[in-house]
Amino acid sequence: MPDKILTIANATKRYGPVHALDRVSLDVEEGEFLTLLGPSGSGKTTLLSAIAGFAPLTEGRIDLRGRNISNEPPEHRDFGMVFQGYALFPTMTVRDNIAFPLKVRKRPASEVRKRVDECLGLVQMEDFAERMPAQLSGGQQQRIALARALSFEPQVLLLDEPLSALDKKLRADLQWELKSLHDRLGVTFIYVTHDQDEALSMSDRVVILKDGRIQQQGVPDELYKFPRTRFVADFLGKSNFLDLPVTAREGDEMTCRIGGTNFPVTAPGATASGDVLNVALRPERIRLGAPGQELLDGIVRQVSYLGERCLVLVDHAEVGPLMISQPTWKAEVTPKAGLPVSFGWDVDAPVILEDGAA
Amino acid sequence: MPRLPDTLRYWFLVLPALAIMIVFYIWPLLGIWQISLTEPTRGLDNYTRMFDSSAVTTSFILTFRIAFKTTIGCLILGYIVAYVISNFAGRVKPLMVALVLLPFWVSVLIRSFSWIVLLGRSGIVNDTLISSGMIDSPLRLMHNEFGVVLAMIHVMLPFAVLPMLANMRGISGAYVDAARGLGASEFTAFAKVYFPQTMPGVMSGALLVFVLSLGFYITPALLGGGRILMISEYITYQIQEFLNWGLGSALSVGLLVATAVVIALAARFVNLRSALLERK
Repeated sequence: MPDKILTIANATKRYGPVHALDRVSLDVEEGEFLTLLGPSGSGKTTLLSAIAGFAPLTEGRIDLRGRNISNEPPEHRDFGMVFQGYALFPTMTVRDNIAFPLKVRKRPASEVRKRVDECLGLVQMEDFAERMPAQLSGGQQQRIALARALSFEPQVLLLDEPLSALDKKLRADLQWELKSLHDRLGVTFIYVTHDQDEALSMSDRVVILKDGRIQQQGVPDELYKFPRTRFVADFLGKSNFLDLPVTAREGDEMTCRIGGTNFPVTAPGATASGDVLNVALRPERIRLGAPGQELLDGIVRQVSYLGERCLVLVDHAEVGPLMISQPTWKAEVTPKAGLPVSFGWDVDAPVILEDGAA
Repeated sequence: MPRLPDTLRYWFLVLPALAIMIVFYIWPLLGIWQISLTEPTRGLDNYTRMFDSSAVTTSFILTFRIAFKTTIGCLILGYIVAYVISNFAGRVKPLMVALVLLPFWVSVLIRSFSWIVLLGRSGIVNDTLISSGMIDSPLRLMHNEFGVVLAMIHVMLPFAVLPMLANMRGISGAYVDAARGLGASEFTAFAKVYFPQTMPGVMSGALLVFVLSLGFYITPALLGGGRILMISEYITYQIQEFLNWGLGSALSVGLLVATAVVIALAARFVNLRSALLERK
C-alpha cells in the first residue's frame, strides 16, 4: 500500500451561498498522477487552488504527510505549480524564470546554474535559456513553465489546465511528454483539466467533479467502462442512454425487452432494482449489421465519417436515435442515410446507472 | 469622379484639426522664435543675455528642481493609489477611479486658491496648530518651495495615477500567484515580479508629470507669491511687466528646447528598456 502524501478531508469552499467545493475528501498517493476532471464550475480549479494555498478553505483540512497545512501560505507549501497561461515572468529571461524558485530559496549561485541547466535539459529547451518568454511559442512556454515548477524539486506538482491553450496536435505530443516526465521523476502530479482525453491518457487515477462534489474516482479504464452515473457516462466519452423495462430477473441475470424483442442483460454487482433499468451504452459496443442479422432493426438517419471509425445515427421506433461507432476497417455494412440496418450488443455492454432517469 | 486613394482620404479627415493647429499654434510659435531673434535688435543678443543672467539660471534650476520633487512625490503617492485600485478595490474600483478623476472637474485656479486658504499665515492649518497650542507663531507654509511643491503634487497626481493604472490593469494577478506558489514571500513577489512589470507605467507617469510641471504656471504663481519664480512666471514678468518681448520669447524657446531634451532623453531611456526586454 503506497503512502499518502496528501489527505484532503471535508474540503468545503463557499462563496456567499455558492458551494464551490462541498465536503470533498480525497487521498493522494505518493508518486501518482492524479487528475481532477470536470466541466467548468465543477470546483476542480478551486480544489487545486485550495491545495496550492491560494484559496483558503471555508471548512475542512488538508494534510501533507500528516502535517496540517490548511493555514499555511502558498510559499511555505513547497508545491510546484504550472498555471493556465503559464504565467512566465515577462521581465525575466527563461533562465531567470527557472532560477526564480531556487533564488528565493537562497540556493548558492553555482547550484542554481547547474540545476537550471538540468531542468532545461529535462524539457529539451537548452538552446532557449537567454530568450525572453514573449519570444517563445505556446508549447515552448509550456515547457519552460514546467521546468520552472520542477526546478526546486517539489514534493507535489500542481498543473492547472497546462495544455488548454495549445493546438490539438501539440497537446497530444505534450501529453506523452508529461506522462514520461512523471514516470521518470516519480513526483506526485495533481492535474486539473476539463478535457477527458487528457485525463484518460495520462492519469493513474481520475477524480470526476461536478458542482463541487466528487462524482466518481478510479483508474481511467474502470471509470470509462463502469460509470456509475449518467453524468460520468456522458462526460467521459459518449454514451447512449436507454430505459430498459425488465421482464425477468434471476440474480445478476436479467431479461429486458425492447419493442417485442427480449434480450439478456448481466449486471455484476448492480444494486438497481425496479421494473426499469437505466443503462448507458457506449457507441462502440453496439454492432451494426444487415437487416435481420442483429437483435433490433432500424434505419440509418445520419453518418459522420471520422477516418478510423464512423459515427452512425440509427433510428429505432422505441429507443429513439442511437449513436453507433463503427470501425471503418471492418464494417459489416457500409452505412448510408436511409439504409435499413440491424443492431445489437453483447450481454455485458449496457452499464446500469445508479441515478436513474436524468 | 475618381476615388481618392485611402491615405489621402484620411488626411482630409484630420485636415480641420491640422489647419487650426497650424494657424493658431505652429504659426505663432514660429513668430516667437522670430521675435527672440529680432527684438530689440537682430541677432543672438537675447540668448547671450539669457545664458549670462544668473536670475535666469536660478529660475531654470528652480524649475527643474520643483518639477523633479513634484514628480517623485506624485510617483510615490500615485503608485500606491494605482496599486490599491488595481489589486484590492474590487467593487469600489469605479468609484475610486472617479475620485482620482474628480479634480479634473474643478478648475486648477480654484484648487490652488484652496491651498492658499489652507496654508496661509492665518489659514486653516496655522489656525488649528496655534489654537491647539502646538506652535506660537504661524509657520511659513506657502510663498516658498514647500508650498509650491505640495500644491503641485496635488494638482499633478491624476497625471501620475492614470498611466500607472492603465499599465497595472494589464498585469494579470497570476504572476504574483505564480511567484508565491514557487516559494516567494508576498514582498519578494511584489519586488521581483510585479514591480518590474509596472516600470512602463511609472516611466510614462513620471514623464507626463515632469514635462507638465516644467511649464506649469497657475499653481506656482499663486503659491509662490512672487518669491518662487518658476520659468513660466519669469517669462510672464518679462513680457507683462518689462515689455521685454525679446528675452521673454528667448526664454520660451529655451523652455521648449529643455522640455524637448527631457522627452528625447526619456524616450531613449524607455526604448533602452524595451530593447532590454526583447533581447535578441
